[in-house]
Amino acid sequence: MEVAELREWSRPATLAGERTLPVLPALAPVLPSGLRRGAIVGVSGPGATSVALALLAGPSRAGSWVAVVGLPDLGVAAADEAGMDLSRLALVPHPGDRGPVVAATLVDGLDVVVVGPGAGIGPADARRLAARTRQRGAVLVAAARPWSERCDIELSVAASAWVGLERGCGHLSRRLLEVAAGGRRGNRRRTRMWMPSGEGAPLPWEPGPPTEETNGVTDGCRPGPVRLVAG
Amino acid sequence: MARTAVVWCPDWPVRAAEADPTGPVAVVRANRVVACSPAARADGVAVGLRRRQAEARSPGLVVVPHDPAGEARRFEPVVAAVAAFTPRVEVVRPGVCAFTARGPARYFGGEERLATLVAEAAEAACPGGPGVERCQVGVADGLFAAGLAARYGVVVEPGRAAEFLAPMPVRVLGMAALVDLLDRLGIRTLGQLARLPSAQVLSRFGAEGATAQRRARGLDDRPLATRPPPDDLTVTAELDPPVERVDAAAFAAKSLADRLHAALADRGLSCTQVGIEAETEHGETLVRWWRHDGQLTSPALAERVRWQLEGWLGGPHPPTSGLVRLRLTPDEVVVDHGSQQGFWGGVAEADRQAARALARVQALLGPDTVLTAVPEGGRGPAEVVRLVPWGDDRGPARPPKVPWPGRVPAPLPAVVPERSLPAELADGEGRPLIIDGRGQPSAPPRRLSVAGGPWSEVVAWSAPWPCQERWWDPGGRRRRARMQVETAEGRALLLVVESGRWLVEAVYD
Repeated sequence: MEVAELREWSRPATLAGERTLPVLPALAPVLPSGLRRGAIVGVSGPGATSVALALLAGPSRAGSWVAVVGLPDLGVAAADEAGMDLSRLALVPHPGDRGPVVAATLVDGLDVVVVGPGAGIGPADARRLAARTRQRGAVLVAAARPWSERCDIELSVAASAWVGLERGCGHLSRRLLEVAAGGRRGNRRRTRMWMPSGEGAPLPWEPGPPTEETNGVTDGCRPGPVRLVAG
Repeated sequence: MARTAVVWCPDWPVRAAEADPTGPVAVVRANRVVACSPAARADGVAVGLRRRQAEARSPGLVVVPHDPAGEARRFEPVVAAVAAFTPRVEVVRPGVCAFTARGPARYFGGEERLATLVAEAAEAACPGGPGVERCQVGVADGLFAAGLAARYGVVVEPGRAAEFLAPMPVRVLGMAALVDLLDRLGIRTLGQLARLPSAQVLSRFGAEGATAQRRARGLDDRPLATRPPPDDLTVTAELDPPVERVDAAAFAAKSLADRLHAALADRGLSCTQVGIEAETEHGETLVRWWRHDGQLTSPALAERVRWQLEGWLGGPHPPTSGLVRLRLTPDEVVVDHGSQQGFWGGVAEADRQAARALARVQALLGPDTVLTAVPEGGRGPAEVVRLVPWGDDRGPARPPKVPWPGRVPAPLPAVVPERSLPAELADGEGRPLIIDGRGQPSAPPRRLSVAGGPWSEVVAWSAPWPCQERWWDPGGRRRRARMQVETAEGRALLLVVESGRWLVEAVYD
């Protein structure tokens, strides 16, 4: 056993100074120090759901509980593929008019809470919820638009390109996403990742010589170059 | 021998299932009928039949899956209705509960009268309408005899249980292997079994046989394990003379909180929500509920009393007189696991904290609103996970590891709308795209419009993959084809066509 591995094993589960939740390596360039507890993260634009899933996969794999409030359309199977632990994922798809109360209760007990448009959180609720999140040391992911509070970190999709689907053959096999970080504490950086990567969890994009795509059906069908489309 | 009353709700799995119990309904587990409605029974459906046999005997049969957790949950109102007569009620299984009849029978004027009243109350608390068998109550010596008395809705007089049981077939004992053996030996009724010498029964049939014989003789083998009434943990302080000042009230609350904590600690409990109620001389009351996760100490509780009263006194509607009563009501009491944190065990504490928060949301919105997902076998993006209420059994209903031909290939879409959106897919000349019986599109797709929105250009698409599901089932058969398309804006969608109509089943967001 390597020394580094041994150290990882013998590390206490909760350190007094441990105030961050881990993120996947694919998101490390935009969140170099992980997800700080108490942070409000906004995700927006087309592809926001995938970015949110990639963001949640890190804490979920490390044992954190994740709740999703007011997002009835979430594809839970995609969350499973992205590497989230479904046994620690709770969904409240239809909180009705109790959305703010439900979100506040979940912030009290869970590490990461995602609020969607179905949670019905108005500006005053958003302010209270943000204050509560900071106080309890949870992470709030706002997938609801408009989210009136200023976010600590804003993640958005700058560009995306699907690979694998051709004109009448193949199937969607993976997607290159360019994620841009902004917001009060965001570091204005961009990163490219494969999400979904076709192999489970999102993978960082490695620049290099283009390789022959082997995914998809190839009879008479040549995969074209990756085409980035501004999102 | 304790006089025991048993409340029996006939066909409980059917009544608890959300199907019309007046029609033919069968509840099925592992392809076998476990319960059926009277209408289905009239058609010849019986418990233990295979599903297909049952459907052959009763063509209009509605088949519902067995849901033990849901049955137990829906039985709770019935138990509550029975508990209005006597506080100590034992739930034998969902659909059957028992209580000791002696005390309530005296209070309500005799066992017959008690049985009538309880049966009416239980019936009123049951789901279902006319045409179903009504709830029945039986009273006898011991649980076994009372259970059978409930089937007939009779009261068996004290000391005559053996007489009542004698003509019953041995099958009612419910011990399959023993019953089979007794039957082959020519012992057909409980009376015959009861007359055998007990020493020989024990040596020939073992402990199970001895138990069966004791039951057949009307001697009960165990007392009722009744549910004790919940302790009243509310603590109250009368303030005399009336308290006008907030700090004095907070001081009184401190000792009150000490009493509450002592009472909870005696029972090894902690409470996650506490109600503080203050009442004034003029009868004005203010109740507020405070939540915490089990570590609210007496000073912290007193502090909350102070906040609450300060808000009241300084608010727009201050009370007109001094406080005479303070009451602390623990709500949501949980078993106290202690609160040692950190070091190595931080994760388990996080689990408990999450469980409490989720239980709290369930208390707010109802048990079926907080869901967890279980991976499952299936074809479409919505079928490969099953959502189960938080706290229910997470076993998969369909095996995920076996092949599902025609399954949507990974990666799966991140957005699966609850209700699919209508779409229009057209070819180069604007005609709607048709998928023929061999799964071939009529022309290459060119344009797509979702829910009547603007047209966008289709730049890439998959070959349609047809999917025939449940072709053997006239009610559930579906013939569809799925297709992935990508538009010029970079959006990728999963479309499905069924009877010529295109729908957006999922979005690869």
